[in-house]
Amino acid sequence: MNLSLVDVGFWLCAVVSVVAGALVFYVDSMARATYALAVSFVAVGVALLLMGQAYMGVIVILMMVMEMAVMAVYMVMFMGMNPALMPMSMVHSHRSSIAAGVGTFLLLGAGAVLVPWPTRRGAPTGDVTSALGEAIMESHMIVMIAMGPVMVATIVAGVVLSSHRTRYDRLGDDLDRRPADDPQPGGVGR
Amino acid sequence: MADSLPLVYVVPVMVGLAVVSLSVAGLSSALEARDRGLSVGSGLTLPLRETARLMRQRPRRTVSADRLLWRSASSAVIPLAVLIVAFVPLGAHALVDHPLGLVWINALDVVAWAVMWLLGWGVNSVTGLVGGYRFLALALGYELPLMFALTAPAIAAGSLNLAEISATQDGLWFVVWTPVAFVAYCWGVLGFSVRPPMDPGAGSDVNGGILAELAAVDRLLVLAGRYALLVAGSAAAVPLFLGGGAGPLLPGWGWVLIKTILVSGLLVLAGRRLPTLRPDKLLELGWVVVLPLVVAQDLVVSVIAVATN
Repeated sequence: MNLSLVDVGFWLCAVVSVVAGALVFYVDSMARATYALAVSFVAVGVALLLMGQAYMGVIVILMMVMEMAVMAVYMVMFMGMNPALMPMSMVHSHRSSIAAGVGTFLLLGAGAVLVPWPTRRGAPTGDVTSALGEAIMESHMIVMIAMGPVMVATIVAGVVLSSHRTRYDRLGDDLDRRPADDPQPGGVGR
Repeated sequence: MADSLPLVYVVPVMVGLAVVSLSVAGLSSALEARDRGLSVGSGLTLPLRETARLMRQRPRRTVSADRLLWRSASSAVIPLAVLIVAFVPLGAHALVDHPLGLVWINALDVVAWAVMWLLGWGVNSVTGLVGGYRFLALALGYELPLMFALTAPAIAAGSLNLAEISATQDGLWFVVWTPVAFVAYCWGVLGFSVRPPMDPGAGSDVNGGILAELAAVDRLLVLAGRYALLVAGSAAAVPLFLGGGAGPLLPGWGWVLIKTILVSGLLVLAGRRLPTLRPDKLLELGWVVVLPLVVAQDLVVSVIAVATN
């Protein structure tokens, strides 16, 4: 077998991503778990780079590192304490989650091995990224147009449902209180 | 990748980054010394003397610090700056001439989030933690305007490759017709390099925040790294907004160097003139005022780009 440098790099990244992913549940601090997950995703991003998917690789690294940092913000915002500062177990319902994990792995693995996969028809074009872009922007455009407003509506609805303060709390019953009554005033003075 | 500079160029680029960072640090402390009525000369040499002092200082230990993560963070600042500079074309070519250079710059500035928060958290000190979270809160404010600011030169040039972006600007630099994006970008550079006025995370009111417990070589790496990040961010502004290596007489790399020094010097001067921005004030400012302005800038650029094609 002909083993190139790219192959070695790919398998190295694969091992790092799996080991770092497993460390998430082994370490006893939320910060270490967060950064282990970040390392795992960066390794996945590099593996994508090595597969020639440059854009996907960079975006995975960018999004996942940012996501981990935002997770640290959420730890303070919504957990009422800073669990990153004290040792704590990173697993819930230890036994049942092991059973669920092993079961899912066996199910998916069996599916991957046992399903009679269809053989490939046709060949991919040279530039798969632009082919994907054309598919999204042309034949599947209507799906994308519909999905945008639905996603925005979901975000707005989620924030409205979870927020305990409404505009009536901020601006009074007639919405005419200026400046608004906010527990933490912003910089613009609305 | 085919157009990347040969590997030997790593050495002069790194030396250049180090020298410019040291000069910018000298400028900053000279201005500081002048304001305090001390001699400007002693301010200019302060970074060198401070380097010598920190190299000999004993490292500090805090109770149950996460030393692995803390050390990783303090060691990561300078490599981050080096990686950014690697994607900046020096004239026609960069050390790493990647088709997605612009996205790489963005990805690397996001890594600064993880590094700066970790600096504050890993040490297990209250002021450090406050500083780390201040940085993150500030980052939420500057990052979206920064990302949309990076979009402007990409749309204008129709490319994500930094060498192509700078080559597109012959005659008219992007800074002329994307000034809002340029300002938002510089604002972001001050943010991810934790320099004034974007430095409440390292503010004196929290005893230095993310820098509070740093001592010896760890402190040296972070202080030097902040200047290196400022210089690297300024260097990236050159192909994005300032025409890259374009200029009379001098070779391309010379103009990139001069423009980088000018931008980073101006950012240091601006930082001294502006009051420190509080994260809670800045978030709303960034999302309600600056972000719409930058998006409007992107719209203008898109219309012009479509019209001229």
